Amino acid sequence: MQVSLDAFLVTATALFCIGIYGLITSRNAVRVLMSIELMLNAVNLNFLAFSNYLDSANIRGQVFAVFVITVAAAEAAVGLAIVLSIYRSRDTVDMEEFNLLRW
Amino acid sequence: MNLSQGVELVSLLVLTVILISSAMGVVLIPSIVYSAFLLGLVFLSISGMYLLLNADFVAAAQVLIYVGAVNVLILFAIMLVNRRKAYREVKLGALRRIVAILVCVALFGLLVLTNLNTIWLLTPKVESLPSTIVALGQHFFSDYLLPFELASILLLVALIGAIILARREFIPDRKEENLELLERPKEQLVSVGEE
Repeated sequence: MQVSLDAFLVTATALFCIGIYGLITSRNAVRVLMSIELMLNAVNLNFLAFSNYLDSANIRGQVFAVFVITVAAAEAAVGLAIVLSIYRSRDTVDMEEFNLLRW
Repeated sequence: MNLSQGVELVSLLVLTVILISSAMGVVLIPSIVYSAFLLGLVFLSISGMYLLLNADFVAAAQVLIYVGAVNVLILFAIMLVNRRKAYREVKLGALRRIVAILVCVALFGLLVLTNLNTIWLLTPKVESLPSTIVALGQHFFSDYLLPFELASILLLVALIGAIILARREFIPDRKEENLELLERPKEQLVSVGEE
């Protein structure tokens, strides 16, 4: 039995859905950022699976994966800085308390 | 990589179990410090999967950037903002959670069905790729040069933006107390020498 593309795609789908669940339900803002990292990793896994099985001659998927890693690192830095700044002004990291712009 | 198919299958199975269970832990464990460490485990198992997919450079970059930088950054942020305080209860919290689970399971089913019903255009593998690093470097400096340069500008912007966002607006001045503390031992020494 050979490892197929579907195994990687289903794994990445599961990881992405776990990330979405964490993004919707978690109250802590840092955990929301962690869920976003999970989703970005799922997308990266998809890129590399397609790059290996569909385009193994010139690996363009790996180039995209490197760019996604770069953007994810920048996003983590800026996101955590925003969380820190919100914590200073609101004195909490609870997502339910961030309702300044809600209505 | 040239692994036999049995080895490849077993390692994929082990990595998938570690990946999914620790990802569930990241989302579900109440203590956020534990979930940050489990996030590191998620990143490591994903880099193992990259090795199975013949992407050695991306696997190394994954370990360096995610485990080495992003995870440590998240741990620092947890240390700075973690205050053990019970969250205020929200209206219909259980209902929200159930709806979120339903949405995620439905999305998972939809995506898996789409995946299984699609006929992918599989190409036979090229065995004689010399090294992924050489191929990636050629891509970066020929046809993906503009995104590569834009990524450097993005990193610079993120660096400056993170510094400006996280900087403290005012610094409490306690300089005068510090000066007094510094001078106090000196006087004692002089008085002891005169006696």
